[in-house]
Amino acid sequence: MTQEELLAQIYKKDNKAFTLLYDMYAKNLYGIIYNLLKDREEAEDVLQETFVKIWKNLDTYNESKGRFFTWLLNIARNSAIDRLRSKNFNNNQKNLSSDNFVHILDDTTRTMNKIDTIGIQEFVKKLKPKCIQLIDLLFFKGYTQQEVSETLEIPLGTVKTQNRNCINELRNLLRV
Amino acid sequence: MNTREYIESGVLELYIFGKLSESENEEVQVYANEYPEIKQEIESIEKAIINLSYSVAPNLSLDNFNTIRKALLERESGVVTLKPKSNWPAYMGWAASFLLLLGAGFLYFQMNQNDTLLKDSREKNQDLQKSVVTLEEQNKNNETLLNLFKDENNKVVALAGQTVAPEAKAKIYWNQNDHSVYVDAAGLPEPPKGYVYQVWSLKMDPLTPTSIGLLEKTEIGKSRIFKVDNTMDAEGFGITLEPAGGSAAPTLEQLYTLGKV
Repeated sequence: MTQEELLAQIYKKDNKAFTLLYDMYAKNLYGIIYNLLKDREEAEDVLQETFVKIWKNLDTYNESKGRFFTWLLNIARNSAIDRLRSKNFNNNQKNLSSDNFVHILDDTTRTMNKIDTIGIQEFVKKLKPKCIQLIDLLFFKGYTQQEVSETLEIPLGTVKTQNRNCINELRNLLRV
Repeated sequence: MNTREYIESGVLELYIFGKLSESENEEVQVYANEYPEIKQEIESIEKAIINLSYSVAPNLSLDNFNTIRKALLERESGVVTLKPKSNWPAYMGWAASFLLLLGAGFLYFQMNQNDTLLKDSREKNQDLQKSVVTLEEQNKNNETLLNLFKDENNKVVALAGQTVAPEAKAKIYWNQNDHSVYVDAAGLPEPPKGYVYQVWSLKMDPLTPTSIGLLEKTEIGKSRIFKVDNTMDAEGFGITLEPAGGSAAPTLEQLYTLGKV
């Protein structure tokens, strides 16, 4: 299904549209949110909040906001960052042992049952540590290039190309 | 357009990550529609990222789907049944109008607050703009000064302190191409109130001073370097202290600095 066909279905905003949207993206968005919050209950709550926002603002999506997936991802990431910043959440936060998405893999593999997911996880773990950090900050944590450059102490001008090399590595592993 | 180079720049990854501005997004969009290889690349990157984000998610609880579905679809349907519980509609009316009044008051208060906020940020914005302009001006001045120091066509004439002010000194930068003259007055004492320094170009034989300007309004930034009038054929330069407005002829008792080309 192309993005256009998918959107035509989803814009109907009926039961079927929701099922489609949920099936296609809920888990991805949950992955992004969970990676920031590290708390399943909170992350499910933010996922719901995210879907409410998506549903309410569906009509405002257009191409200038990027790919549809990117638009969804921005809403999810921003909602999770907002939750992270709320005082309420900081006080409740207990186990912050896993600090990037690969640590989460180790935490979650035990409860995973889908074989293809485990397959991807094995690939992801093969990424260079530098790439894991870079993708974690830039994609999952929503850092700016500037912030990434400062945190990882790499020249600002190379963030973009280093990130591309890392994504290429991932694509080679996944063969996409 | 070199699509290979564009793809290798890494901008498409940032596009999928949601890290570009709206105008940058639009640019990518335009290229994607024009060049199939860019569109192809975008879809591949997206696929990788969708796989990646999917793979790091723990399992969602079983009722998550239903909870969210209810939150979206039942809110959307908007069917709310109202059962009249009271037979005193008049009281309801009064209560409603009271609430309305309260609400209006609150809104008015909020509006005022928003106004203040808006005004504040406008002011802040203005201040920032002002400092940008100031910085730009400073930058321009610094460039002028740098050029002044760098330009090999500039003849530098050192002016030494004279009897009234043996400690005073000044420097002339005289461009041999366009004949412009700049005076570095950092070594001159602050002129007393009601007086001003006047710069003279000198011909030596016979000694003929020609005024080339006052050191007051033509300062470059706060550098104590002043631009004065051009001169073609000076053989020396002198600076005297004169009453405000300057004099037709130099007051030689008040000759502060002097130097020969």
